[in-house]
Amino acid sequence: MTRIDTKRRGQIQQAPENFLTQDAIADLNKNGMDDTRRGFMRNGFMAALGGAVGLGASMNALASSEGDPAILEKQVWQTTLGKNVATMPYGTPSIYEANLIRRESPGLTRVSAASVAFTPLQGLFGIITPNGLHFERQHQGWYNIDPEMHRLMVNGLVKHNRVFTMNDLMRLPSVSRIHFIECGANTGLEWGNVAVPTVQYTHGMLSCCEFTGVPLSVLLEECSADLKKGKYLLAEGGDGSGMTRTVNLDDVLNDAIVAWGMNGEMLRPENGFPLRLVVPGVQGVSWVKWLRRLEVGDMPYATKDEAVHYNDLMPDGLARQYTSIQECKSVITTPSGGQQLLDKGFYNVSGLAWSGRGKVKRVDVSFDGGNNWKTARLETPVLTKALTRFNIDWVWDGSPAILQSRAIDETGYVQPPIKLLRDARGTRSIYHNNAIQSWKVDSNGEVSNVQVG
Amino acid sequence: MFRLVKFATSAILLCVTLAVATSAIAQKSNTKFPGIGRDATPAEVAAWDIDVRPDFKGLPKGSGSVEKGQQLWESKCAVCHGTFGESNEIFTPIIGGTTQDDIKTGRVASLTDRKQPQRTTIMKVATVSSLWDYIYRAMPWNSPRSLSADDTFAVVAYLLSMAEVVPDDFVLSDANIAEVQKRMPNRNGMTLKHGLWNAKGKPDVQASACMHNCVAFVQIGSVLPDYARSAHGNIAEQNREYGPFRGSDSTKPPLEKLPGSGSTQTVAHSAIAKPKTPEDLFKENNCSACHAKATKLVGPSTSEIAKKYQDQSGAENKLVAKVKAGGSGVWGPIPMPSHPDVSNETLHTLVHWVLTGQ
Repeated sequence: MTRIDTKRRGQIQQAPENFLTQDAIADLNKNGMDDTRRGFMRNGFMAALGGAVGLGASMNALASSEGDPAILEKQVWQTTLGKNVATMPYGTPSIYEANLIRRESPGLTRVSAASVAFTPLQGLFGIITPNGLHFERQHQGWYNIDPEMHRLMVNGLVKHNRVFTMNDLMRLPSVSRIHFIECGANTGLEWGNVAVPTVQYTHGMLSCCEFTGVPLSVLLEECSADLKKGKYLLAEGGDGSGMTRTVNLDDVLNDAIVAWGMNGEMLRPENGFPLRLVVPGVQGVSWVKWLRRLEVGDMPYATKDEAVHYNDLMPDGLARQYTSIQECKSVITTPSGGQQLLDKGFYNVSGLAWSGRGKVKRVDVSFDGGNNWKTARLETPVLTKALTRFNIDWVWDGSPAILQSRAIDETGYVQPPIKLLRDARGTRSIYHNNAIQSWKVDSNGEVSNVQVG
Repeated sequence: MFRLVKFATSAILLCVTLAVATSAIAQKSNTKFPGIGRDATPAEVAAWDIDVRPDFKGLPKGSGSVEKGQQLWESKCAVCHGTFGESNEIFTPIIGGTTQDDIKTGRVASLTDRKQPQRTTIMKVATVSSLWDYIYRAMPWNSPRSLSADDTFAVVAYLLSMAEVVPDDFVLSDANIAEVQKRMPNRNGMTLKHGLWNAKGKPDVQASACMHNCVAFVQIGSVLPDYARSAHGNIAEQNREYGPFRGSDSTKPPLEKLPGSGSTQTVAHSAIAKPKTPEDLFKENNCSACHAKATKLVGPSTSEIAKKYQDQSGAENKLVAKVKAGGSGVWGPIPMPSHPDVSNETLHTLVHWVLTGQ
């Protein structure tokens, strides 16, 4: 038996040229078509199509006339004893997944304690981001805060200034909800032109988790907050930056959560262990980590990250302040920039859609740079202010193509092309770029980041 | 026996701790959740409620001169931000790009005329309270909450003097800060007229959901420049090395033709289970927070360090001890913190790498 190069496992060695054997052809000529043969022919047709447009990749090719050594040869994992339970008491992904990790974008910042690590969206499925791959944005480094030493204070326009320990908070009635979190600066590098190669760097300041915690409204009610006068909430972190953001209580009182849980376990330290604010639909900077204080107030606070950063500069020199909502947006994650298709034929084109204003209603996909569109399948669940997975069939004929996705949310808002956004906001606003993303597929199979129009 | 004693001791400690916590509980009336939470003491609120609003609510009494601010700046701030707040080395510049005319109008002209290459903090910030609040709560970057209220007034005064918002002999205080606000160069530069404060806000664009023949001519306006092809490393190592969506080898030019399913992998080598390099350890142990290879960050660059010690015998042992214990005075006013948790083996690997590049 020929040994197969381990790099080529499961791959076709050569396209099957005579997909119908001489015997089968003779059989058909003699006996005509019946159901069995029709099934056989259908398979044969697929193979023929493979021969014509290079579908071979999806077929199991044979290295020799006998068959595939992956089947014919006994593999080590079939013939030896495997590892014990709890060999890895906290499990980690397969070693074959080592490439899918959070990464920094070189040159984006100069100090890694005030920087970003992007989620590898190009390799993820469904809508939930694994905890170890949730994107990171740190302003002054992260800590493992001792949960026994962590306190949450609620003060300001409340009858009672209160202090809660983690023990207190985790006794309160909790909810678990799935929401996306997106940094306001996600895709911010692309306002002027294409700047980065892959979806990890164009859209990777995006994650989605099931968060568990006590509704903000329950806590504020418990402290007898004056919500008539107090329309604003200052959320403050317990880290060195004492990160502060103003939250619009009118907007988020019904869905904000003071959360400790993330996908079934406690928050990861990089993501605010043991407590963070979850503000569905609002940009990530407001989801204050290591949350230590909530102050109810009657005016916005103009904190550093509301007065110097996270403002959207318009062409007339005015900056839009307190821009918070993440508008409807989508992106195709496979195939996406930097990927290499090996062959023509069938692909499941897949991506993510989301809206800070509610549920995703529809996603359309174009294969010709936005001239014609087809509606994609939305996979369940479709939840409010959560990532929604979409899929659409594609048979690639090998000619250059430009793939785009366009999401529409339940308010009827349609994700815009970059030109429309630039016409309204110029190219220097950094934040809230929710433009349609284009991926060009070249005839050599390489996928690259392009902007159309 | 020893273990029992130890257990008893910690049990007693635990009881004491619990007793302290319990005695502090002051239950408010009308609670929906009896036994949960307690009232904050005035001292606790004062310790944490340090925010300063645009109307200066929360601003402590105090004052500080430009002159004192300059001294503080040079000893604590200039290392990152430059003597004049102009440095673009570690963080974006704080000072520059504003004019006397901006101080009159309250709008910074360079935000539209693009004469200033990079937007500085003073060009953007509308509210002086934001500067005061942030410096007091979070600066210096590696030693937050170390400035007093008076120090903070002084540092803000120095920054504003460099932007010519206040004169060089100015003393900023809680009594005159509202007057200073009226001279902030970009005080009229913010707008709240947009649809992104509330989910019910009106969007500023409405795109079409056209399905067929939507654009007459599809034109590619921008592509990734060739020189940026490998700027983010080898993309092949950032995707699965199996399955339909692999990464292209961005260290090489694009393939000439479609490889075909039977082709040898496009991936040149695997990142799987690579042993940790000294560079990984350098990052993992947070050295890279303050030291870079060629540029000075908070601390000296590794190449500077290598140069300084290149001919000294025993440099490795000396530096290992220094990194472990911490030190100051060799490279400037910012001290090197101690690193008692890093193992000697790792320290030797790190120092050896810094000194020799291997």
